[in-house]
Amino acid sequence: MLIIENIILAINSLLSNKMRALLTMLGIIIGIGSVIAIITVGDSLTLSVSENMQSMGANDVYVTINPRDSEVENASIEGATYGTLENSNVMPSDEDYITNDMIRDLSNKFQDEIYAINLQYSVGSGNIELNNKNANVSVYGVSAGYFITNELTILGGHMFSQTDFEEGKNVTIVSDKLVENIFDGDINKAIGSEIQTNVNNKIGNFTIIGVYENQDMYMMGMSMGTNSATDMYIPLKSTTAFESGELKYEYMQIITKVGVDSDKLVTKITNYFEPYYSSNRNYEIRAFTMGSMVSMLTDMLSTITLAISIVAGIALIVGGIGVMNIMLVSVTERTREIGTRKALGAKNSSIRTQFIVEAMIICLIGGVIGVILGIGGGVLASNLLGYPAKPSVSGIIISLIFSMSIGVFFGYYPANKAAKMNPIDALRYE
Amino acid sequence: MNSIIKLENIVKKFYIGQPNELEILHGISLEVKDGEFVSIVGPSGSGKSTLMNMIGILDRPTSGNYILDGINVGEADESELSEIRNQKIGFVFQTYNLIPKTNALKNVELPMLYAGMERSKRIKRAKELLELVEMSDRAKHLPEELSGGQKQRVAIARAMANDPAIILADEPTGALDSKTGRLVMDLFHKLNKENKKTIVLITHSNELASETDRIISIKDGVIIDEKSGEGKKC
Repeated sequence: MLIIENIILAINSLLSNKMRALLTMLGIIIGIGSVIAIITVGDSLTLSVSENMQSMGANDVYVTINPRDSEVENASIEGATYGTLENSNVMPSDEDYITNDMIRDLSNKFQDEIYAINLQYSVGSGNIELNNKNANVSVYGVSAGYFITNELTILGGHMFSQTDFEEGKNVTIVSDKLVENIFDGDINKAIGSEIQTNVNNKIGNFTIIGVYENQDMYMMGMSMGTNSATDMYIPLKSTTAFESGELKYEYMQIITKVGVDSDKLVTKITNYFEPYYSSNRNYEIRAFTMGSMVSMLTDMLSTITLAISIVAGIALIVGGIGVMNIMLVSVTERTREIGTRKALGAKNSSIRTQFIVEAMIICLIGGVIGVILGIGGGVLASNLLGYPAKPSVSGIIISLIFSMSIGVFFGYYPANKAAKMNPIDALRYE
Repeated sequence: MNSIIKLENIVKKFYIGQPNELEILHGISLEVKDGEFVSIVGPSGSGKSTLMNMIGILDRPTSGNYILDGINVGEADESELSEIRNQKIGFVFQTYNLIPKTNALKNVELPMLYAGMERSKRIKRAKELLELVEMSDRAKHLPEELSGGQKQRVAIARAMANDPAIILADEPTGALDSKTGRLVMDLFHKLNKENKKTIVLITHSNELASETDRIISIKDGVIIDEKSGEGKKC
């Protein structure tokens, strides 16, 4: 018997019992819906996070000092604690930092592997006042390597020159937002102007040589306020305006040469720093790549996805049992119809197919509704979390195939019961 | 004339090997010729329903031979029996047994669907058959929208679908009032005379039976009488 006829028959049968069909589908809808929603959120999250991290340079090696007692954090995401030292009870003291000597030695030792070292020294929050207008800034002293990985879109002027870095000239690159606040958005006027920056009551005078486009940071869907601080970059050596003594770092980024196995370099660097920190009871050195963090994060997310999928799978099985139950009722109700069909020449296989198709259609429609609701829920949740939603096509296809398989699996027993009915008994059934 | 139905010494027992073993048919032999309109009469409990199930190959005899339109039914397996029912027998039931929530046309199409006939041919033939039973204007109606007589006419059209060797009618007028019952009987006569259909009518009404070519009376599982009927009164 033609499959299309069976499908029409099944749909008619469902339409004649809409409420019952819907209730039967509910288990499937919930199961498929939650799987799709979870997969959508998980995929969007993974994609967004890994894109972010990739853009930071997956092959770069990050080196940071890490408190020894923060075992919990270390266990959760290795190395992810960089820059979050405030979580530890011991603030790093002078002997804990990475020194210029170490860095110089390191770059000499690994000159075949290291292309550049990006150092960033956070001077602190500052304020700029000019012509009764002011702007908040976070002042960063950066090394020449910094802009290799942290690309800026220059709107006017130019980047720091080699001399700027080497001689520690009092020049700065500021955001268009700062220009907006102080120079009414006139970039040409801003360039060449001298600004006075106040950081912790220490004053530094800098000449603006470039203006970059400020990328508003969207995190968790919230944008920063209009008066928020933007980054102000000065050459690393120019930080002497605010700081005296030798600069020390808690963090550095090593840009590797092309073809260097950064995972091996991580081991080498960890070994290199070992003598410096072996006697340090508070801090140790951690080196890692973004790539390894991406894969760790992806692994973690897929574990969560798997766990929730198992729960949803159980919902699907329960839903399948519901389908089986209703199909058994349906077969009993339609005993007479089955008898008639047999008298008219329906083979057992035709009857079996009819009921299996019906169970499949219930599950498929349930699956489609589940997919729609799941995508809706997933997209909504992703957007609320501030990530672009990306529904997984393979997830949808697998879900639909899986729900149809549930139909076949749980529909087989009732369908077989119908197929094996004795036509006489079936015809006589009241 | 060829015999369409040839029953030889049909015995049917139930609960075989159990203490309550029951023999319903005690060796029935019967022949129905091509184009005949035969009635089988008997009171309830006489075994006529069991005999009908045998003729309609809904059930297998315990022993005996059954040759339907040249086919030895006893040798057929389950799937072949389905095919024989589909091709050779047109059932008409007392309770019509139209498939619910399926319109008249689709009901008539059903035996052709199981026969694997292609859609366009099926629809064409179903429409012709509905015309034959004067139900063309109700083709798209659902069974629940039809009266008893109309349902039975659709059921008769359905029985004719695969041009079967016999039409097996089990109390076809049993649930109808006498007027619509009359219309249904007239339709059977028309099919018998004009379409040369062999018809086996199972009834408990001697009055209806008397209209047929031959009346076979059964009681307690044996044929007790066989006589010619008067044919249709005009």
